[in-house]
This record gives sequence, C-alpha cells and structure tokens, in this order.
Amino acid sequence: MVNVIEVERLHKEFGSLKAVDGISFYVQEGEIFGFLGPNGAGKTTTIKMLTTLLKPTSGKASVAGYSIAENPKEVRKNIGIVFQDPSLDEDLTGRENLEFHAILYKIGKERRDKKIAEVLKLIELEDKADVLVKNYSGGMKRRLEIGRGLVHEPRVLFLDEPTLGLDVQTRRHIWEYIKRLNDTGKVTLILTTHYIEEADYLADRVAFVDHGKIVALDTPQALKDKLGGDVVSIEVHKEIDNLHRHLKKFKWVKTITKHEGYLDLTVDEGEKKIPEIIMLAQKQGIAVGSASIHKPSLEDVFIHYTGKSIREEESAGWKGRIRAVHMRRNR
Amino acid sequence: MDANAIYVLWLRDMKRFIRAKSRIIGMLMMPVFFLLGLGLGLGSLVHLSGGGSYLEFIVPGIIGMTLLFTSISSGTAVLWDRQFGFLKEIMVTPNSRTSIIFGRVLGGATTAVLQSILVVIISMLVGFNIHWSGITVLAVVFMFLIAATFISLGITLGSMINDFQGFQLVTNFFTLPLFFLSNGIFPLSSLPAVVEAVSFANPLTYGIDGLRNTLTGSGTFAPLWVDFTGAAISAVIMIMIAAYTFGKTDVG
Repeated sequence: MVNVIEVERLHKEFGSLKAVDGISFYVQEGEIFGFLGPNGAGKTTTIKMLTTLLKPTSGKASVAGYSIAENPKEVRKNIGIVFQDPSLDEDLTGRENLEFHAILYKIGKERRDKKIAEVLKLIELEDKADVLVKNYSGGMKRRLEIGRGLVHEPRVLFLDEPTLGLDVQTRRHIWEYIKRLNDTGKVTLILTTHYIEEADYLADRVAFVDHGKIVALDTPQALKDKLGGDVVSIEVHKEIDNLHRHLKKFKWVKTITKHEGYLDLTVDEGEKKIPEIIMLAQKQGIAVGSASIHKPSLEDVFIHYTGKSIREEESAGWKGRIRAVHMRRNR
Repeated sequence: MDANAIYVLWLRDMKRFIRAKSRIIGMLMMPVFFLLGLGLGLGSLVHLSGGGSYLEFIVPGIIGMTLLFTSISSGTAVLWDRQFGFLKEIMVTPNSRTSIIFGRVLGGATTAVLQSILVVIISMLVGFNIHWSGITVLAVVFMFLIAATFISLGITLGSMINDFQGFQLVTNFFTLPLFFLSNGIFPLSSLPAVVEAVSFANPLTYGIDGLRNTLTGSGTFAPLWVDFTGAAISAVIMIMIAAYTFGKTDVG
C-alpha cells in the first residue's frame, strides 16, 4: 500500500493558541480516513494546512508525494476539497459551477463535458444542472460541492464536515454518495466530522482529535474492541464523585469515566453488574437515577480517551435531545 | 500566467453582467441624473471661456465618473466572494494569484466599459455630438485604462478591509475627491495652483482628458500622448499594487 499522505509533527499556532499541537499520521491510497473531534479541536486547521491554504508553524507534511511547503502547486493539482462552509457561486447554474471548476484545472472541452456528465449522474443532479444554484436546497448544494471536488479526478478528496447542518435523511444520502465514490473510484478520502455515526459508518480508520492532538487512531472496530465487554451507564444526581471513587476500587471495573451526571463503566457481563452497582450505591446512601447497558460505541471510546462526550460541546438543547435518543436506542 | 483562470473569471463576470439587468439599470441612474441636471440644467447657465457647449465638456467627465464608481465598487466582489466562500474555491486551484487578479480586472473592466458605452449612447440621445475622427475609437482604450486603475484600487481596498460597511466608508473617502479633482465637471485651470498640482497626480485627470481628446476632438489639459502615458502608467502601477495585496490576503 502506498501512503498518499504523510504528516510529521505538524504544528500550527495562532498567537498563544496551539490550534494543532504536533500531529503525525499517514493515510494509505484508497482509504477513507476520518478525523473525529469536537468543534475547535484542530480538524479544520489541519485540513487547511494539508490543502496549502494555511502555512504550518512547524512540522512536515506531504500529499500525493509532494511537500505542502515546497510544492504547493503540485499538491493543489492532486487534491479536491469540499469546504465546511458553502463555496459555490449561487448566481451561476450547477453546470456552470462544474464547468468553471474544470477550466480552472485546465481540463479540455471534450474531457470536461464527459466528466461533468458523469459527475452530474453520480450526484443525481442531471435534471437540475441548468438551474441557478441559489434555487437549490441545502442537500443539493452539498451534493454539487462534493461533485465539483471530483471533476478534476483528484487523488485525494478532503471533506470538511460534509454533512454539517443537514437533516438526518439528507445526511444518510450523502453518506451513500461518499461510500459509492470510494468504492467505484480509487480516490482517497479525508473526512472531518464531529458526528460519531458518520465516522463510524464511513471511515476505514479514525483519528480522535482533541485540543490539537491525536489521542487515538485505529479502525472503528479495533477502537471499540479496546474497551471490550459492555458499557454500563449510571445516572447519578448527587455525590457522583463519591460513587466514582468507590466504584474505582473494584477489579471488575475495567474503566470508569464521569461525564455530565453519568458514570460510564466498562465491565464484563454488564447485565449482572447493574444490580450489584445499584446495591453498592445504596449502601453509600447514593440514589441512582437510571441505569442502562450497551455495547461500546465509538462515542464511549471517545469519552474513554478524552474524558468528555463529543456532544458536550454542543448547545444544551441539542444535548438533551441527543441524550434522549441515545438512551432510547440503547435500551 | 494561467490563461484558463483569466478566461474563466472574465466569463463569470460577463454571465453575471448579462443576468443582472436591474443592476445595470441601477448603475445607469446616476450618470443619467448628472447628464440631465448638470449637462442640460446647469449647462444653460455656464459659458465656457473657450466656447463650445457645457454638455460637450461634461459628458467625458460623466463617463469618467461612471467608470470610477462602478470600478471601485467592484472591489466589493472580493468581499462577496470571501463571504460566500467562492474565493476559497478559486484559491485552492493550481493557478497563480496574479492570474486571478488579471481575470478580475479584465472582467470588471469589460463590464465597466460596456456600461460607459451605454452612457455615451444616452448622451447622444440628449444632444451630445461625437467629433468623429481616426482617434475616436481610442476612447474605448481610455475607458479600459480608467476601469483597470480603479478596479485595482477596489481590489486592493477589498483585500485589506474585511467588512462591507468599512469598505463603503473608505471608498466614499476616495471617490468624491478623485472625481472633483479630475477636470471632470470644471477645467483645472479654474482651481488655485496648489489644488491644481494635486490633481496632476490624479489618474482620472489623464483618463477624462483622454476621453475628451478622443470624443470631442479637444482636450483641456494635455495632448493625447500625455493623457495616454499618464493613464497607462497609473493602470500598471495599480494592478501591481492589487496583485501584491491580494497575494497576501488570508483565505482561511
């Protein structure tokens, strides 16, 4: 396998803020590589450096065999980018956006027409190709942007939060496109996201990013296997620290993490441990609000490594809703 | 230099120009008011020392004003593209930033020249006579040079200023002095010597006089070759400044 991206101790500082703090990793040709982390973890900054939009403070990186510092023009020829924020010209039609992009990459008329027809088919926008982009829906715009990133047949396609702000159905739809892209072409995909399910579903390997550092990197399955057993979530309203200290002492508690009113324990045979945990809590005079058990998810792994849920970064309203969904699904 | 990038940015401006009919009409309103108010209204009171009608004097000035205003405000395109993310899309392509500037200047200048030609046609409808000769077509060259100069100024300001309100304020600060000190609405010889000297440094002075030389057959400031040299040098310098400042802007 060829490494299409190699990154060595990449740093980026904005004044005293270390946005990216010594990241090293490689990506193999044809892989879907996911960056998972909360907002502000340094994902987008890393992408900007790899796509030559931002100069690193220190460190080395090569994309498609070219150094980002010494040969940015060659890097640019070999990559496509779908930005986090929209970047279409809304006063042009979908087809014109693709055409302009192709001309900017010096693709001749014949190949251009063929490639654009191909891309329009893939993103299912053939019948809307000649409509002004300002009349597109959010999902259509996103699909067009992903398609545009492919017109010049890049070796590496960067997708920065490709489904941010889209509804669940459209998100699923986009996921299918991304999978299909990777299956049919040999294009390598670098994906940043703060949606756990997205990384779990799409990525061959996932890097957890927190405070500008990679805290864990492996396949989603291997990451989950590392926790092993079951995850038991205990809701505690009062004296959570007390219970935390108490439970930590037991050998059968493999890991224990506290976050926003919950204690997450990884244990074997979780269903038998729940009554035991509740009894222990009662002995201490601590009331347990609820208890649930589930197989470790990528989110549990993230909590294990960073001590916090990726969603704690989101607004309170979101948190409540997602937590409710989370609980229901795991029941 | 990447010809493909220049071409595509020019083409984009053309498509936008053709589609934005209301904007064309809006841009034509001000020159038409000036034409009616100054050319016809005030013109009946003004008697030029060298003879000739005031309308004939002021039409090149109004064309210069149209070019100045449309060109400087085309710097907002940089702001809009940054706002809508399209700037990033252009910047990550393997094209030099200088080519991107050339494409923008070419597209903006073509738009501004087309509008100016519309102003010339309207002026002819209200009584302006072109003094046809072999050099009349050179008027288009002067239009182009004026446009290139001030589009570059607009891009320079647009690259340095990140918000729309700030941009508006700063361009207002530039446009009126540039216009009043340009022999557009009155001959420079009627100004005090100090102010007259300042207006020699104004690119628009050369541009408008060039238009006057080519359209009416007689300038009020300098011979044609001086006008051309002045206008061409300012255009080249301003494009270089624009390329430099735009090259340094942060897209991220």
